[in-house]
Amino acid sequence: MSIKIRLVKREQVKLYHKILSPVISIVIAFVFIAIILRAMGYNPATAYQFLFKGAFGNAYNFSETLVQATPLLFAGLGVAVALSMATMNIGAEGQFCFGAWAATGVGLYCQWIPQPLIIPTMIVVGFLAGGAWGVIAVLPKAIWGVDETITTLMLNYVALLWIDYFVFGPWRDTSSANLPRSQVLPNTARLTTIFGTRVDVSIFLALILAVALYIFFKKTSAGYQIRVIGQNTKAAKYAGMDIRKKMLLVMLLSGGLAGVAGVVYVSGAGSRLVTGVSAGKGYTALIIARLSKNNPLIIVLVSVLFGALIQGSYNLQLAHIPQQMCDMLQGAILFCALAGELFINNTLTIRVQNKESLVKEAR
Amino acid sequence: MTPSLEMRHITKRFPGVTANDDVSLTLYPGEIHALLGENGAGKSTLMNILNGIYSPDEGEIIYNGELIKINNPAKAVSYGIGMVHQHFKLIETMTVAENIYLAVGKRCDYVLNRRKMERQILEYSRSYNLEVRPDAKIYELSVGEQQRVEIVKQLFRNANLLVLDEPTAVLTPQETDKLFENLRAMAKEGKTILFITHKLFEVMEYSDRITVLRQGKSVNTLLTKDTTQDELVKMMVGRKVEKMPGNRPVFADKKPVLVLKNIQALNDKGLPALKNFDMTLYSGEILGLAGVAGNGQKELTDVIAGLRKTVGGEMLLEGEDVTNVSASRIRRSGIAYVPEDRMGTGLVGTMNMPDNVILRRFDSDAYCSKGILKDKEIRRATEEMVEHFDIKNAGTGKPVALMSGGNLQKLLLAREVSGQPKVIIAAYPVHGVDIGATEEIHKVLLNERNRGAAILLVSEDLEELQEMSDRVGVISEGRMVDVIGWKDFTYEGIGFLMTGGKNERQTGGETA
Amino acid sequence: MMTLICSIVAGAIAASASIIYASLGETISQRSGVMNLGLEGVMLVGAIVGYCTATATHSLGLSVLATLFAGALLGLLFAFLTVTMRANQAVCGLAMVMFGTGLSGMMGKSVSGAATFTGFSKISLPLLGNIPILGPIFFNQCVLVYALYILVPLATWWMFRTRTGMRLRALGENPAALDAMGMNVFAARYIYVIIGMAIVAMGGAYITLAYTTAWTEEMTSGKGWIAAAIVVFALWNPAKAALGSILFGLIEIVDLRLQSMGIPIPSYFLSMLPYIATVIVLIVSTGNFGKRYNRMPAAIAVPYDRESR
Repeated sequence: MSIKIRLVKREQVKLYHKILSPVISIVIAFVFIAIILRAMGYNPATAYQFLFKGAFGNAYNFSETLVQATPLLFAGLGVAVALSMATMNIGAEGQFCFGAWAATGVGLYCQWIPQPLIIPTMIVVGFLAGGAWGVIAVLPKAIWGVDETITTLMLNYVALLWIDYFVFGPWRDTSSANLPRSQVLPNTARLTTIFGTRVDVSIFLALILAVALYIFFKKTSAGYQIRVIGQNTKAAKYAGMDIRKKMLLVMLLSGGLAGVAGVVYVSGAGSRLVTGVSAGKGYTALIIARLSKNNPLIIVLVSVLFGALIQGSYNLQLAHIPQQMCDMLQGAILFCALAGELFINNTLTIRVQNKESLVKEAR
Repeated sequence: MTPSLEMRHITKRFPGVTANDDVSLTLYPGEIHALLGENGAGKSTLMNILNGIYSPDEGEIIYNGELIKINNPAKAVSYGIGMVHQHFKLIETMTVAENIYLAVGKRCDYVLNRRKMERQILEYSRSYNLEVRPDAKIYELSVGEQQRVEIVKQLFRNANLLVLDEPTAVLTPQETDKLFENLRAMAKEGKTILFITHKLFEVMEYSDRITVLRQGKSVNTLLTKDTTQDELVKMMVGRKVEKMPGNRPVFADKKPVLVLKNIQALNDKGLPALKNFDMTLYSGEILGLAGVAGNGQKELTDVIAGLRKTVGGEMLLEGEDVTNVSASRIRRSGIAYVPEDRMGTGLVGTMNMPDNVILRRFDSDAYCSKGILKDKEIRRATEEMVEHFDIKNAGTGKPVALMSGGNLQKLLLAREVSGQPKVIIAAYPVHGVDIGATEEIHKVLLNERNRGAAILLVSEDLEELQEMSDRVGVISEGRMVDVIGWKDFTYEGIGFLMTGGKNERQTGGETA
Repeated sequence: MMTLICSIVAGAIAASASIIYASLGETISQRSGVMNLGLEGVMLVGAIVGYCTATATHSLGLSVLATLFAGALLGLLFAFLTVTMRANQAVCGLAMVMFGTGLSGMMGKSVSGAATFTGFSKISLPLLGNIPILGPIFFNQCVLVYALYILVPLATWWMFRTRTGMRLRALGENPAALDAMGMNVFAARYIYVIIGMAIVAMGGAYITLAYTTAWTEEMTSGKGWIAAAIVVFALWNPAKAALGSILFGLIEIVDLRLQSMGIPIPSYFLSMLPYIATVIVLIVSTGNFGKRYNRMPAAIAVPYDRESR
């Protein structure tokens, strides 16, 4: 008796497959990490409890969750724009940096701008800086057909070093302990906070953007074209769509949004430019976009989820559990989500020979 | 004489289609056997079974008198079955010698001795009169040379049964001659040669016996000398129905709409596919285009749709030069295109019906204003199409990949004829479509014709061409060989033209 | 002056050894067609596993074994996701970085930063160590570096001059060809990814067991990313990758020295070089069809699917 396991393309992808799969992925990830925690001598139940409390336990914690979520939301939307056209933008990290850098430059050194215009200027400049960085990364693809995966990645590190030059050098805050960071941005360049928390008004901008993007993809001709190019390039060519132009446009928008994430970070909770300012947010944004299947409305929810993970993990220390569990959890969720994608489109067929009894295990 | 290979009653089913239906094939050592059939007849599936990539649902394989099971490609190799695929399985950045030695596993020394390997390959290939340059990298070789490498590779692995999948698709007539010369030499030494093709006169010229497949079934197996090309055409194509098409209204205001003069174009491999192609499409008429697949049809439809650049000649739409203009301009000028590859090119499977309906006209005033899509209009248009063309679906909001082939084709057609195009290019429009949908699709095309559209109908189905066309042209080796009116249409005549109109080879000298 | 140069070069070699390990492992993986960008994570895990084992057992040999094992496990995970589950390799690599960073951070909490064991120390080879100039540079290193002197040439020779090496290269170029020959493409990729990641993990352990014998969080500080860049920059050749790593190590050290001598060079721009150079190499090798044998393994990052034809 021999057992053959085969992956067979699913004939009908039903809705519950699409929803169930990411949810199951998250659950499996939590279980997986629980096992590792147990192996390391920690109590998973306690860990998850403190995690949850840290994120949602009280109003302040929840507000902190939102603080974490806001830049993720901007960046996540940005990455989603690129992914919608099947452009692998792993450069959100660097685009974030450039946005933050540009905003700091404006905030600290452009005091001559009339006060009410400072923040809008920062946003616009940050958008353009991040967008330009994104376009640069995709130029080799547009001109020579070079895959953007590695290029966007490499430019991240160039961007981080660029920031280092400034925070270790010309912009360094010499008044305090010679740490590699800029001065705190003046109040004129800071976003207003609400309700006495550290949450600032940019969260409203983010929500508006999410809705705008949702409408953009659903209802506009340009959004439609982007989706078609991302889902079937051959059909897009047949339809006469200008793929190259869209590629540049998409990366401008994608990098721009990631740049805005950087702007609202330094102008909001971050308060200043530091070395490594992006702190992995660009990568988390990629995970968020991927999990949300590029749907802007779902990205809002998932950003809050990841914001909760990050915020909650600060609370883990109280349970003597290292905060790094959060990174592990993020990685595991992504692993499971990626693995799960396979099962959305295929079923597992186990055939027992000599019996021809097909046992379908649909996941 | 014991057959070297017998495939008995092979059946292979896939979801939705039976690719091989009780197919039997017998091969003898020392013969060159041709497996003949149109696209979709089941040749590739049968070969993949022989190759170990698929397992048959029913049937058995007997090799040199022994019942065997070929579960994977390695097993096929171990039995001495060597296959030369249409798409070569070569490592481009490596040399000929490396590629061949890669295929023989442990027979290759662990430490590579480049010079020794190259010397041995040179000697070996010479002994078969199939000389190859062992130190050349594959990407430096011509297609014919690459094919020789594949053959030497199989021989080097002690293949006794050599299977070649459409070997002459990429060869010049001279190279073809040389190839079969070599194959004949190998056959004389006792090897068995099987080649898959749909080129009739090659079959007549080079093979000893022929097996014809049609729509998954083996139609006939016979000695080459016992048959003729015309008989083969009939076997391949179907029952001979000398149905006289009914009275067809001649369109009153016939004008030339699309004119192609001396068009030349290259295929994806960079070889010439269209050579001095001429064609005129008149309004209110269906021009059928017959021809064996691979003679330039794909490149032709690509060129007309603006998806492929020409390297010579010109194209005029109502007198205006539209040579090499963009695809979107072609479409806006009123040329509709129903591509052969409906899911891969014509539709986006993951998107729903309305999204697909606007695929080609997303920026037209009908569906879009100031960059915003007119949802209501689009939905209305979709529903109209569904009703008018009776497109069965599980819901217009669901991804179209769920729809059946026939309904997909109807959707495609509905979309393309909306907007009353001047020209419609329909490539194999009823390929893989059930009878009911086929009739409906044909009705639509006829309606369009009666409205005054100029239609190019590319098809391999002679019945369809006979029913639908006002005139029939035949494309062969990149040229329009002839165009005849439907009154003069006969199977024999068309078949003759499809094979290049040659009964005798006109090469420099030799006849087989 | 001579002693200065000698110490600089020797320092460069010692500094770049961890990157050489990482780039060697990743070259093997990418040659088989699997691109793992998560080197940073694998190295961190290797680093902490080696450190913890050394702390617990005081045996450097066991630490090396434990590291290799940990790397192999991560390789197995990655291979499962990318080869069997056919997940997107770039994104998977990022997940690996996160996961590895988190895992190593967690494990690191239970050990102190200062080593309680003695790590690999520099050993001057008899005879060879006394050769003028070359001696102090090459033959006054620790065992793990000496191991590289054997590993790198061996790996390069193996990759280009043996039958199995040839198969590895073919695997990344055209797995369909190998499949048609009867080779098990999936198993082969598993093996090479596992071996590759084990070696990458050694890159991390080198830092904690030899170079600094200490543990701090994120101590690989970007070396994993540089290694990923160097693999491309060196056009998937282990020997060239090693040279590239040393070259960049040299630049780093020279830069530090110049800084300490008060010469103002914006070192950050120098540090950008590996990344920019990689992009340039990528552009040249993709666009240039003259030397096609230098380009990226054609089937890289494309999950092999026999059915898709």
